[in-house]
Amino acid sequence: MNAVAAMPPKSFEVKPKLDESGTPIGELLEISMGPHHPSTHGVFRMDVVLDGETVVKLKPVFGYLHRNHEKIGENISYLASMPYTDRLDYFCSMTNNWAYALTVEKLAGLAVPERAEYIRVIMAELTRLQNHTCLIGFFVQDMGALGTPMMYAFREREKILDLFESVSGARMMCNYMRFGGVRVDVNDEWIAQTKKVVSDYSKFLDEFGTFLTENEIVLARTQFIGVMSKELAVNASITGPMLRAAGVNYDLRKVDKYGIYSRFNFQVPVGEHGDIYDRYMVRVLEMRESIKILEQALRDIPAGPVMDPKSKLRGFRPKPGEVYGRVEGPKGELGFYLISDGSPNPYRYRVRPPSFVNLTILEDMCLGHRISDAVVILGSVDIVLGEVDR
Amino acid sequence: METLEQIKVRLEVALPSAKVEILANECALGERSLLVDAASGFAMAKFLRDDTQLKLDFCSNVTGVDWPDKEFTEKIKVKQTVDGVEKEVEDVKKTVRPGYLEVVYHLYSMALKHGPVVLRLRTENRADKTHLPSLTPLWRGAEFQEREVFDLYGVIFDGHPDLRRILMWDEFDGFPMRRDYIAPDDFEYEPTPHDEVLVEAKKHYPVEPKAEVKA
Repeated sequence: MNAVAAMPPKSFEVKPKLDESGTPIGELLEISMGPHHPSTHGVFRMDVVLDGETVVKLKPVFGYLHRNHEKIGENISYLASMPYTDRLDYFCSMTNNWAYALTVEKLAGLAVPERAEYIRVIMAELTRLQNHTCLIGFFVQDMGALGTPMMYAFREREKILDLFESVSGARMMCNYMRFGGVRVDVNDEWIAQTKKVVSDYSKFLDEFGTFLTENEIVLARTQFIGVMSKELAVNASITGPMLRAAGVNYDLRKVDKYGIYSRFNFQVPVGEHGDIYDRYMVRVLEMRESIKILEQALRDIPAGPVMDPKSKLRGFRPKPGEVYGRVEGPKGELGFYLISDGSPNPYRYRVRPPSFVNLTILEDMCLGHRISDAVVILGSVDIVLGEVDR
Repeated sequence: METLEQIKVRLEVALPSAKVEILANECALGERSLLVDAASGFAMAKFLRDDTQLKLDFCSNVTGVDWPDKEFTEKIKVKQTVDGVEKEVEDVKKTVRPGYLEVVYHLYSMALKHGPVVLRLRTENRADKTHLPSLTPLWRGAEFQEREVFDLYGVIFDGHPDLRRILMWDEFDGFPMRRDYIAPDDFEYEPTPHDEVLVEAKKHYPVEPKAEVKA
């Protein structure tokens, strides 16, 4: 039977520590961290109650970027939502595109040509590389190493964004995938360039690793901080590197085997302690695995069309029905839930954003730690407010 | 994984008072869903989570769907006497399906790596009886997502530990994801609304009490 009977959130009433006679020592301090704070990764606010420097209550407050993405999706055609999905998680527009295209393909029963499947895997893994690189940059910045590590990360990210730009025309808002394939083909020159970036990447990871992995300050700030148990992680629907750092082997690339992931030889790194250091390490190891997948995909990519000739972009009306599709985004499970009533617009368009759900237990991870640790814990969750607020 | 029919049979054995229905899905690759009644929804969800064969420990996605009142027209033939001659005349019969709000849960199993089982709960109507049991005590992952459904659709989850608006601000009035929601223009911030903006803005003004005419 399930070991976790129920995990209700912690109660809201907090009181300062009492001394032996039962009188409170000092007062609690309630501060509002954000929405304009450099460490909150966007317009995000935490209502924190502090006892000295210790967090005794923390409530995340968001919605500052809310534009009702789902309502917009219900009022425009299926294809017109594609560029909007770029704006969800603006670091990973390629995986957002893929998740949406995958769901619509499932809804309409479209097939994807071989070459397009390979291109999608290449794009998704490049996205994962740059997302994790940036995240580690930000997260070292959250620990106080201002500027330099982040610039190293951004230097590498820019190389990948250059590849995206040369194929889709945009660095971040790629709008690259279509139902039944991808928008434009890649040429041999691009593949050669990508091979070079990928082969240089492990060198960069080695270099980055020597600075961080055994760094005394990093170890002191991350080990045994923000620990999340395996049971709580599963119960709270945590997905992605956060979940795997807690020791649960659940990667949709292995579980669902969507696209052509069953063809590649790669492993799923799993953490042990569920603390921040494991989350960092899982991401580093995941990047190494992504490089492996990229090398295989770039080697095996076949020639051929990149678009299903039968797929219709204009006047696209899938048959009535509903479908839930999900992919392993760099931040976790990104899902789309679509209900079609046979009209050109979806009847219901729902995004299951990974970082929104991963924020559920932010309070549980921060309680008992210092306020400066709460910043690092938030950094290790890897949120993007475009996706949290939608 | 078991088929939905098998799950349904086992649910009915375990909870005899429960009403379970399998909803078809016209999309071939999509999943069919289990519609359960609100009264026994919590007990059934608990069964699905704790059952050793299913172990649906991962509540991936929670979302709301709004189904407003829908009018169905059906053509029926009615016999009528016109000018003394009996004729078959086509008549249109109208039936109205009352609207409801629906909450959809996508449940997976991380332990056994299968899924999804799609669970649906429906409210009685869209106006005053929008209560449903909260499944947050079973899956913490539903906490924020149920808050979002409450915020955008107005479903009230009984038993939710912290049911507040999450994306919209607390003072916001209305439920923006409902189909009949009137999207505001910038009238709210217009100090002196005029022309089209005034017409739009009037939709949102409270009804003015009529001035009493003095004799």
